[in-house]
Amino acid sequence: MAQATVDELQGLTTADGTPLRQALHRAERRAKVRAFLLVAPLLVFLTVTFIYPIAQMLFRSVHDATIVELLPRTAEAFPAWEDRTQLPPESVFAAFAADLKETRENRTIGQVATRVNFEEGGLRSTFTRTARHIDDVEDPPSWRDWLIEDNADWGKLDTWAVLERLSHPINALQYLAAVDLEYNTQGEVVAVPPERQIYVPIFVRTLWMSLLVTGMTLLLGYPIAYFLATLPLRTSNLLMIMVLLPFWTSLLVRTTSWIVILGTEGVLNDILVWAGILSDEGRIQLIYNQTGTVIAMTQILLPFMVLPLYSVMKTISPSYMRAAMSLGAPRFLAFWRVYAPNTLPGVGAGALLVFILSIGYYITPALVGGRTGQMISNFIAFHMQSSLNWGLAAALGGILLAGVLILYALYNRLVGVEKLSLG
Amino acid sequence: MANKNDVLVRFTDVQKSYDGETLVVKNLNIDISRGEFLTLLGPSGSGKTTTLMMLAGFETPTHGDVELSGRRLNNVPPHKRDIGMVFQNYALFPHMTVYENLAFPLQVRKKSKSETEERVKRALDMVQLGSFGNRRPAQLSGGQQQRVALARALVFEPTLVLMDEPLGALDKQLREHMQLEIKHLHEQLGITVVYVTHDQSEALTMSDRIAVFNDGVIQQLATPSDLYERPENAFVAQFIGENNKLSGKVSRLNGANACTVTLDSGGEVEALPVNVGGEGSATTLSLRPERVLIDPPEGTLPNIFDAKVEELIYLGDHIRTRCSVAGSDDFVVKVPNAQGHSRLQEGSQVKLGWAVEDCRALDP
Ligand SMILES: Nc1ncnc2c1ncn2[C@@H]1O[C@H](COP(=O)(O)OP(=O)(O)O)[C@@H](O)[C@H]1O
Ligand SMILES: [Mg+2]
Repeated sequence: MAQATVDELQGLTTADGTPLRQALHRAERRAKVRAFLLVAPLLVFLTVTFIYPIAQMLFRSVHDATIVELLPRTAEAFPAWEDRTQLPPESVFAAFAADLKETRENRTIGQVATRVNFEEGGLRSTFTRTARHIDDVEDPPSWRDWLIEDNADWGKLDTWAVLERLSHPINALQYLAAVDLEYNTQGEVVAVPPERQIYVPIFVRTLWMSLLVTGMTLLLGYPIAYFLATLPLRTSNLLMIMVLLPFWTSLLVRTTSWIVILGTEGVLNDILVWAGILSDEGRIQLIYNQTGTVIAMTQILLPFMVLPLYSVMKTISPSYMRAAMSLGAPRFLAFWRVYAPNTLPGVGAGALLVFILSIGYYITPALVGGRTGQMISNFIAFHMQSSLNWGLAAALGGILLAGVLILYALYNRLVGVEKLSLG
Repeated sequence: MANKNDVLVRFTDVQKSYDGETLVVKNLNIDISRGEFLTLLGPSGSGKTTTLMMLAGFETPTHGDVELSGRRLNNVPPHKRDIGMVFQNYALFPHMTVYENLAFPLQVRKKSKSETEERVKRALDMVQLGSFGNRRPAQLSGGQQQRVALARALVFEPTLVLMDEPLGALDKQLREHMQLEIKHLHEQLGITVVYVTHDQSEALTMSDRIAVFNDGVIQQLATPSDLYERPENAFVAQFIGENNKLSGKVSRLNGANACTVTLDSGGEVEALPVNVGGEGSATTLSLRPERVLIDPPEGTLPNIFDAKVEELIYLGDHIRTRCSVAGSDDFVVKVPNAQGHSRLQEGSQVKLGWAVEDCRALDP
């Protein structure tokens, strides 16, 4: 005891006199460096393909320098506009006129008009037309009067308010748009009129459909996983192959085969008509709507529910059920009170996995969703590919990402991620 | 030993096959009396667990009847049999506390809250775990888990308690301690216990009667002392305790209590015919090492042979002496480390002798 204390005071050393701590550090450094080198390629890969694009997307959702770069004088002049109940002062109009001439020369007017148009539909033509006219004008007495005369929109407070908001490179405009909010003339955040609300209903629908898919996969997957875990090996192997078979078929093939089955002239309707359950005119629409999307997604995502459940059930000793029955519980009660609670980590993992995959699902709703089965990813894709409003696409994606993270945090808080078992 | 009214469990001509090709249990007949501690002892794979599972209701007999208190059990589901069971891995419910585990059988029997509380408390006190009610099974040591499993199997006061190698996972010291504890509980509560083990010393310590299983057949069903001192066949003699084997042929039967056996190595031995055919049939002689005397006085014993000491192993209370005698070089004699015993030397010549009744002629 006393010896150890003296050694501690002096610092332990190895046989050749180097301090122990240092020697240990040196011995471990090689191993650490090697370990780091082994994971380095993965780290680089993840950074390039995962972390950087997400960061880029999140940045784009709040950053937009179109107006600042293309109308620099106007952006600089805006602070002079103090009384927001009046039109901006002449200095702003003059700066804007100068900028507009320049965009005409640089052929950048199109970009400006497009960006403004995303904010306030109809402003595109105001910008392009005035830009065409302004070429010929040299220093009128008042740019303000000239502009208002050229197009009445320039006399509206709204037009200038929109331009002012866009002159800040970092703004939350896309996020507001993504949750169906906007600024009114007074500069207050208000909900857009009901007939123009798009994204909140889509988010709600996406959540609802994802919940439905999660519930259905759980309902179907639980018994499958139970049989997989309890049947004799030969039978369960066969069952396992059937569960995994979908993984070996193209997603596209699986989705389109649902069209064959569920279409109005499809197999299922034919059978129902043949059996006399439906009349030939009364064929039901099972595809190109929410029903079709939920059915197809349930089938595609089923393995993601079955596998975590199976891996948890596999570890539950059959003697628990036997013990419960020997203690007097009938089979179902034994299952409910003893077996089922022990499968909860699997249920949590499977449900979380399927739900997260569902809310970001794209291909199936795109193929069989029709109008009512579209989900948020389809709108993100639309803004990425067709409307080219990448800022809004990024904001929608950002909200989706935040939703998943919140869900994950909630799960971690309630169940604990360390209990998550994915097999 | 059992009066007919005392029979609690009766197996009649029970057979069991899992695959339709081999019988795992072959023609089982046992009567288990009320209040008895019966042990099924046998090597692994001999059908003990299967027998227990048929009694508990988790396996159905392929043929024959199992009766409990005179009631035929074949169509009674496990939860209606009122049989407590302790599993080898304890099977404590991991998501419930110790208290909830014990309350479970009472809750499914719809006992009142106060009664449940009282009975659980009593059961926990009985296994000296009164203050552990709020723990989860994972927070207990192996021995404590074992006690909880025991308390859970007893808390609903079943008529019969089954235990399948309940001490198999414990270390030696704890195992011996728990053996006595279970035995005392059995005596205190007056319950009937069917106990499965492959450990013969455990069986000898705890049981009223032992059924020795081999290959799906009961080789012998007897009290521990009978089993040790009067094994009826070579398997039992070999399986229970230490045993010396000599093989030979019956050359003469001298009435019911003696026969002469000619050993394969040539000598003649006077033995007790227990399980032999007629004259000329092959037999195995069984001799307990502690019943063999070294250098007995001339003329006192009918069987005296020249032997050579091959090896001495000092074990404190006795000295294990391996000799070569009568064609066997693995013949063990236990020499007690008593006061004044003579010191043997490895390689020395001695004489070994034994009585007729200690040398049992069994099946080959
Ligand atoms: N569920 C089962 N299916 C098929 N064979 C089994 C099953 N349970 C046990 N067996 C076989 O029955 C024989 C006896 O097993 P068991 O009763 O567990 O023996 P013990 O408990 O004496 O070790 C063994 O050969 C074993 O392989
Ligand atoms: Mg067994």
